[in-house]
Amino acid sequence: MGTWLAENSLLLGLALLDGLANAALVFMVAVGLNLVFGVLRIVNVAHGSLFAIGAYTAASIGLFFAAQGLPSWMGYAALVLAAVAVGAVLGPLIERLLLRRIYGHEDVLQLLVTFALFMILEDVQKLVWGVQPISQDAPLRLLGTVDIPFGEDVIPFTAYQLFVLPGIAVATLIGLAWFLRRTLTGRVIVAVTTDKEAATAMGIDAARITLLTFSFGAGLAALGGALASPTLALVPGIGAQTIVLSFAVVATAGLGQIEGAALTALLIGLGRSIAVYFAPEFEVVVPYLIMVAVLLVRPQGLFGVIETRRV
Amino acid sequence: MTEAVTRRATLLGAGATAGSLLFAGGGARAQGKPTELKIGITTFLSGSASVFGVPARQAAELLFEELNKAGGVGGVPVRPIFVDEAPGTDHLVGEYRRLVQNEGVQLIFASISSGSCLACTPLSDEMKKTTILWDCGTQRIFEEGRHPYAFRTQGYGTPEVLAPLLYLLKHKPDFRSIAVINQDYAWGRDSWELWKTAMDVLKPGVRVVAEMFPRFGATDYSTEVTRLLAARPDVILSTSWGGDLVTLIRQSSERRLFDRSTFVLPVSEPSLPTLGRTMAAGHIIGTRGDHWNNHPSPKDPARLKRFVDAYRARYNEYPIYPCHHMAQAISAMQAAYAKAIAAKGGGWPNDAELAAAFRGLTFDTPTSSITLREDGQGLEDQIVGLSSFNETYPFAVPKDMILFPAALVSTPVGQKSVDWLKTLTPDFLTRIPAPIAG
Repeated sequence: MGTWLAENSLLLGLALLDGLANAALVFMVAVGLNLVFGVLRIVNVAHGSLFAIGAYTAASIGLFFAAQGLPSWMGYAALVLAAVAVGAVLGPLIERLLLRRIYGHEDVLQLLVTFALFMILEDVQKLVWGVQPISQDAPLRLLGTVDIPFGEDVIPFTAYQLFVLPGIAVATLIGLAWFLRRTLTGRVIVAVTTDKEAATAMGIDAARITLLTFSFGAGLAALGGALASPTLALVPGIGAQTIVLSFAVVATAGLGQIEGAALTALLIGLGRSIAVYFAPEFEVVVPYLIMVAVLLVRPQGLFGVIETRRV
Repeated sequence: MTEAVTRRATLLGAGATAGSLLFAGGGARAQGKPTELKIGITTFLSGSASVFGVPARQAAELLFEELNKAGGVGGVPVRPIFVDEAPGTDHLVGEYRRLVQNEGVQLIFASISSGSCLACTPLSDEMKKTTILWDCGTQRIFEEGRHPYAFRTQGYGTPEVLAPLLYLLKHKPDFRSIAVINQDYAWGRDSWELWKTAMDVLKPGVRVVAEMFPRFGATDYSTEVTRLLAARPDVILSTSWGGDLVTLIRQSSERRLFDRSTFVLPVSEPSLPTLGRTMAAGHIIGTRGDHWNNHPSPKDPARLKRFVDAYRARYNEYPIYPCHHMAQAISAMQAAYAKAIAAKGGGWPNDAELAAAFRGLTFDTPTSSITLREDGQGLEDQIVGLSSFNETYPFAVPKDMILFPAALVSTPVGQKSVDWLKTLTPDFLTRIPAPIAG
């Protein structure tokens, strides 16, 4: 093992760098899903669509800015604008018109309704953006590449991948933890998450909190899509890919656990990267192997807590 | 016992007769000139493969509209009925039966996915319904069975992989190492098997430094790109397509992988308009056929220009190869009906007569002529070239093209591709035509 590590230390170093960027994107999407589940107790299959629409919107705004001759750094403004727009417009629409009607209903009904929404939004994407790949990489090109030493060689990484993605993920994690634990609104959200009835009895407007939380979660999904958009080609189906992985992260982390989502995203990101180098056939199953391994030992997830059943 | 068998046989015979009468009724209707010619078309209308399926549907709608304006087929207007093949083969099999039994289609165009075609061709045998395989590429269909009612109106996997390999061996004969990064599904695996088999006999000793098959529809290739940068192969093969290929090329370009290795991208043509100048120059590109916009000597330049201009005018984008494959299927259909109607003295052909007209049929495309062999496989030329940029197109087009005659790069009838490829020798390279300057 020691010999193997010594021989492959350089490759492992590269895998670590790739894994961090990978984990950052996975975290950004999964944390929104986790937050929404924590408060609304709804497994939102349409979360993947919000990721996709965030990505498409960011690319469209970025392309519009470029066509207007605006400076390249405005590409970053496009990413934020897209996330805010999707969170502020689609979030309240979905929560008010659809989800509010199914709170407290059977899980299977919630799954069916959000899956139906997912299918509708997939078609909306095709109607609006068509089916040909769309890409907008101005934010990525703006920062250029960084050469990482690799023995006598160098390996170029994009600065966006090395610094921007992990940086935003860490900032989101810290900011979210601070918001939920140190601000009044955050504490109210935690109160509703812990016991909605008691929170309502204390005078908290739970309906407003669920609306706020869902919109925020939708914005996080859209931000994940927006951040991913400079690195990938946007085509129909990207939402489906994302939601499956996000569910694995949420299940592994423990439903409603933000730090757990971060740790799981890191495990999955690193696991997938290492697999690409040393066992590429297993890259696809790594997230699910990690999920199975964790759930076998801790069925409530890495950071989940066992809840007593209320009769 | 004998009596029982006889009774059963009698009952079966009666049932069969009743069934025959029912079918004869349908057949009789089919043999009279119908009021419209219904065609079932299976294509991807959703999911990641809709990048091919939707443009093909657009091409079909455009061409059928033109066809109907010109009087239809033998005076009969054509009505396409589109079916989404994205839900999978089980769904598609049901849809195929519905199209034949409920909709009463006279012809089926199936499909983009090789899995879909493998599911549909046995149905064409069973239901005796002429089925044009209009885009799928698997070599298995006509190499593993006979399908009297199925015909493929374009090339297939073997020539589409062999031609780029031969181009590479001509263009860069001294390469010593290769890496492959294909999508993890039938085409990705099969195309690598075909490539490796041929490469091992035409240039033995090439070192394979990485074999990667990321999942179909992968949205990020950054780790794979890092691994390829570290491995430094002389050549990188990818038969990927759609959003997967666009992402791979973009991430490779951003990180200068194109400067280190020569890419061979046999299915890149549909992605080039999206990529624009992101695609690097000097790499090997293909289009699953010969229908490049800058084809050096198309058979009917005016027809090619008319089709491209009409498609661009309506959809504001260049037609990509699935559009050309759809156009080929429609041309083949027109030619086969004309042949069958003539053979019947002006009468409308039944299913068997229509299928007979397809066998051995030669039909014209804007760029060449395609002949359907006795096994149903179409012989389509392949053009491969080096990515380059010019003033005419805002995206990469090939230069130094080699036109590979279909017969040269196709597996002979009755043989299996992998077995045939193993019989090739390095002398085969002397039969490759010279590149066309430009």
